[in-house]
Amino acid sequence: MVATAGTPVKTKAAGFNCPGCGASLTLSTAGWSVTIACPTCGAVLDAQDPNLRILQRQTDRITVQPRIAMGTRGNWKGLPWDVVGCQQVTITVEGTDYSWMEYVCFNPFHGFMYLTEYQGHWNVVEKLKRRPVEDAGTTDPIRFNGLTFKHFQSASAVTTFALGEFPWEVNIGDTVRAHDYISPPYMLSAESTDAETTWSLGAYTDGKALARAFNIGGNLRSPVGVFANEPNPHIASASTVGRTFRYMFLALVVMLVANVAMARKDTVFTGQFNFDRSKGDTIALVTDPFELKGRDSNVDVRIETDLENDWMYLNLAFIEETSGQALDVGRQVSYYHGQDSDGSWREGSRNDHFRLGAVPSGKYILRVAPEGDNLSTQPVHYKLTVKRDVPQYLFYFLAFLALAIPAMFSYAPKASFEQRRWAESDHAPVSSSSDDDDE
Amino acid sequence: MTVPATGSTACPNCGAPVRFRWAQAVQTTCDFCKSLLVRHGLDLEKVGTQAEFPQTGSPIQLGVEGTWRQRNFMVVGRVSYQWQGGRWNEWHCRVSDGTSAWLSDAQLEYAMTAQLEGERDLPNPQTLNVNKKFQWAGVTYRVANITAAVYIGTEGELPFTTYDKAEYWFADLQNSDGKLATLDGSESPPLLYVGEYVEFNDLALKGLREFEGW
Repeated sequence: MVATAGTPVKTKAAGFNCPGCGASLTLSTAGWSVTIACPTCGAVLDAQDPNLRILQRQTDRITVQPRIAMGTRGNWKGLPWDVVGCQQVTITVEGTDYSWMEYVCFNPFHGFMYLTEYQGHWNVVEKLKRRPVEDAGTTDPIRFNGLTFKHFQSASAVTTFALGEFPWEVNIGDTVRAHDYISPPYMLSAESTDAETTWSLGAYTDGKALARAFNIGGNLRSPVGVFANEPNPHIASASTVGRTFRYMFLALVVMLVANVAMARKDTVFTGQFNFDRSKGDTIALVTDPFELKGRDSNVDVRIETDLENDWMYLNLAFIEETSGQALDVGRQVSYYHGQDSDGSWREGSRNDHFRLGAVPSGKYILRVAPEGDNLSTQPVHYKLTVKRDVPQYLFYFLAFLALAIPAMFSYAPKASFEQRRWAESDHAPVSSSSDDDDE
Repeated sequence: MTVPATGSTACPNCGAPVRFRWAQAVQTTCDFCKSLLVRHGLDLEKVGTQAEFPQTGSPIQLGVEGTWRQRNFMVVGRVSYQWQGGRWNEWHCRVSDGTSAWLSDAQLEYAMTAQLEGERDLPNPQTLNVNKKFQWAGVTYRVANITAAVYIGTEGELPFTTYDKAEYWFADLQNSDGKLATLDGSESPPLLYVGEYVEFNDLALKGLREFEGW
């Protein structure tokens, strides 16, 4: 290969003195830095100027303490990175300041990478060379990398503190219009000045992993609250339960359909009767025989009466003619109504309905023995309807409840996490934000 | 990788041998006395002296070899630019198919472009607005930024001469697929370069600069 004369084989980091306070400075990004903020006096210097011209002096004492020391060499996803700068960025929402830190990481081959931290929530951020959409703030949602990003927040972000080196011109008080879109664990951000829009993609990252990689150690704090693009930890369990629920629900529906389809729903007997108490109330009657066919299944009995402020009691016996086996059932039917000071009232019902389970097939007669109030003389007309093999809806309803309740319980934490996430956005359900519109 | 036959001649200023890595080079810089040399046929004319220009910290240097679009290339020249927001380099690459391409390294965001000739009515970058849409060779771009920049130095072999140090306007156009177009206003009509942003690892660069401690 052709040797290149005049190029040093190894390039060292360059050392300078701060023109503001005289402290020694190291420029570790070998010419790529545009601004350097002196760690000692906070003066913002023009890193492109051979004399490090002072762009801005910071009058306040440096009060912000970065969690990662400047100059820290970290190792992230197989590449070494030097932390060379950090800035504090502040947005103001309804009079409250929210500040986060952005750390500038440098690798002389791969360029710049950024780490952000807000109350223990960390993101690893890369600047995008692509433009997801032309006009941030009017497009929502944004499709990018096959994901759907929903608008989360738009705000004016101000640089409120700077330390170390930056590949752009940093000034305290610089303001950008920031638009954030989320698809956890990712966040797509557009930062616009009048001159240009810069897009970046953040990935929510476990602080402990970064603490190991960048030697944050005891400076790491636990995350507070739910962050915009923090992955919902309940999604996995909720989706497992959700899947189980869906399968079981499907199975129930199949069973129900089969049950309805297979049920004979035969009306095997209907009869109209009179109960005349003037003739005595112990007279029993026996119906014509009727057939219960097919597999052992239920028998559905309906009693309809014309009771009027009255009651009756029916002793019913299903008697299989050949074996003589009897199924006895007693039902009371009563219906009272009237007017009082509270208005009209009613109690009971003229009609009754009951079901017998697994009744064997065979030829049956029904023995009916009504009882009633001896004082009543009014005859009661009643009708009996007997159906064979009707679908059992109640079972399915109860089974559905048994399935739905755990599903709802598993959905609740997932939903509550999402609620806490979006409560911090421009799209909070109970609008704490007066203005959802972006400019 | 074929290195074109290199002619060897002497620097008119110091007499040191000047070797061309690329036979069609129009301009080069003497490695020894930093004279800026423009070639007229077989003769070299000194048109200026290249001051030591500030480091930009790029890992690219002359002689670096790499791969782009399944073709090998070698870095044979460089133009450095300064704009308000910093500096960047355009590295002149000779591609194995005999064409030229440019590797830019602005803040270590790498892009490869090649000149697209034959497009008519190219706008003057200075007159453009951000977001204005253009379509060249079937690709749609939008203007991302417009900057004024000056040459701050050159080295190695270039397909044009750069000793004119006036300020020129450049416009970068991007799209959602990572494609890039640059309108270079240093000539009239402007020059158009099209290509894409590339990942450092995808270029498979060899012969890079080394950095102490890295």
